[in-house]
Amino acid sequence: MSLRIVVTVKYVPDATGDRHFADDLTVDRDDVDGLLSELDEYAVEQALQISENSDDDVEITVLTVGPEDAKDALRKALSMGADKAIHVEDDDLHGTDAIGTSLVLAKAIEKAGYDLVVSGMASTDGTMGVVPALLAERLGVPQVTLLSEVSVEDGTVKGRRDGDSATEQLEASLPAVVSVTDQSGEARYPSFKGIMAAKKKPVQSWDLSDLDIDEDEVGLENAYTTVDSATERPARTAGTIVKDEGEGGKQLAAFLAERKFV
Amino acid sequence: MAEVLVYVDHVDGAVRKPTLELLTLARRVGEPVAVALGNGAGDTAAALAEHGAVKVLTHEAAEYADYLVVPKVDALQAAVEAVSPAAVLVPSSAEGKEIAARLALRLGSGVITDAVDLEAGDEGPVATQSVFAAAFTTKSRVSKGTPVITVKPNSAAVEAAPAAGAVEALSVSFSAQATGTKVTSRTPRESTGRPELTEAAIVVSGGRGVNGAENFAIIEALADSLGAAVGASRAAVDAGWYPHTNQVGQTGKSVSPQLYIASGISGAIQHRAGMQTSKTIVAINKDAEAPIFDLVDYGVVGDLFDVVPQLTEEVKTRKG
Repeated sequence: MSLRIVVTVKYVPDATGDRHFADDLTVDRDDVDGLLSELDEYAVEQALQISENSDDDVEITVLTVGPEDAKDALRKALSMGADKAIHVEDDDLHGTDAIGTSLVLAKAIEKAGYDLVVSGMASTDGTMGVVPALLAERLGVPQVTLLSEVSVEDGTVKGRRDGDSATEQLEASLPAVVSVTDQSGEARYPSFKGIMAAKKKPVQSWDLSDLDIDEDEVGLENAYTTVDSATERPARTAGTIVKDEGEGGKQLAAFLAERKFV
Repeated sequence: MAEVLVYVDHVDGAVRKPTLELLTLARRVGEPVAVALGNGAGDTAAALAEHGAVKVLTHEAAEYADYLVVPKVDALQAAVEAVSPAAVLVPSSAEGKEIAARLALRLGSGVITDAVDLEAGDEGPVATQSVFAAAFTTKSRVSKGTPVITVKPNSAAVEAAPAAGAVEALSVSFSAQATGTKVTSRTPRESTGRPELTEAAIVVSGGRGVNGAENFAIIEALADSLGAAVGASRAAVDAGWYPHTNQVGQTGKSVSPQLYIASGISGAIQHRAGMQTSKTIVAINKDAEAPIFDLVDYGVVGDLFDVVPQLTEEVKTRKG
């Protein structure tokens, strides 16, 4: 038996940088350093753990859609231990929204071949958290999403979803799409050996024609949503800051009373 | 006037507050038609009618509880086909966003998530979103298909607006995918008696400075004096001091209460992403240089173990 896992990852602008919009109201990627979305590290980690806990032959492919720099995200995942990588890159992809991105990912996943797709719960830039569900819908396979625990055995994926009102145990037959939360387990750091090995691992590059996608299905012009304006939030007016000299709690209570919270 | 579908989030017939907020927003865009699914769906009608639903489409079936997400997508799709609405509004919970996304894909529509406001526009509803850790505000619309928009809790005040709320049975046939993901067990979270974090008008959060699970009692006491929900920073959650379900921030819950009180939280960008849209922000921290003080309406530089209990006592005294 063999198990083919595709991990979808995203290259995102560093949240600690000064993120802003470009003139076309897409995310400006030039002025802020990019990196592998932190939440996708958990997806790579869980794929590696599934592999380590499996008696089957497991092959882990990491997949990203993004500009040239996005290869950095793939390299990080490869150095953590993934086996190979696929980079979908095409100038026509600029400005593609979540619906379009899910099309590109789904076509690439089908072309790569898969039994299990593992994703992070959301990207750290868009933070929509919809791509795993969209992939399941496109691929016509079960979604087993937002898991804090995941395991695969005998063609079945099981997991625990910690929702607001209840904890649920979920189960689905493979093939399936899984997403994992930051509670699924600390992601490992790449070892020196892992970093060296990653340099020799294959990275395939595909463009839209490799995936039989027309240019009018993706890109900013063909997005299903339009951003009409983006304005920087005005800086908050400086608040009152007091030093506690024994009455700090009382002073704060007075402020809350003045604002009618008490 | 065009109809607008509102997906009803309810627990055995008890409608949750974000749905009532959605009905208020829906009235700006059209006539709200509510869709209530699962056990107790019919019992939601009175509350929905009181808040503006002209019609309530209901369907009860075991599938909604026994399988994940897809049965609800099937039902909403059936409702869209029955009503041809101008938009579909869904509460922005984790599940709500997944339902909305799959529905949009089936309808050939765009989806907008985490709207914080909604207004009518010439080309359909315009959604306001708060992005990049609330550093920017965007206005967006769905440019293809029937707009599917999820709205965050606390985005609108609940307003009563009595309407007919006529109950109609929705006819649903489940797709082949509906039973793909089985829910094999469900353990309800034990109620703390406090408001739900994302819905609360006041949130009191503790961070690294709380320095231990046992010390969260101080945070809880303040929360209880104010009728508030309790939040925690990622540092406090990762240390095992408070459950992940209470985590406020980029990888936890995003909250937007009237009042947010941060105690012993430095205010890393990841935390700010989850609370920066709060209307009034208050912080208590020993470190005068903590970035959280850049956000506050009122800050106290001091030891939370002195300030928080004194605040709690004073709140109790003032409330009598």
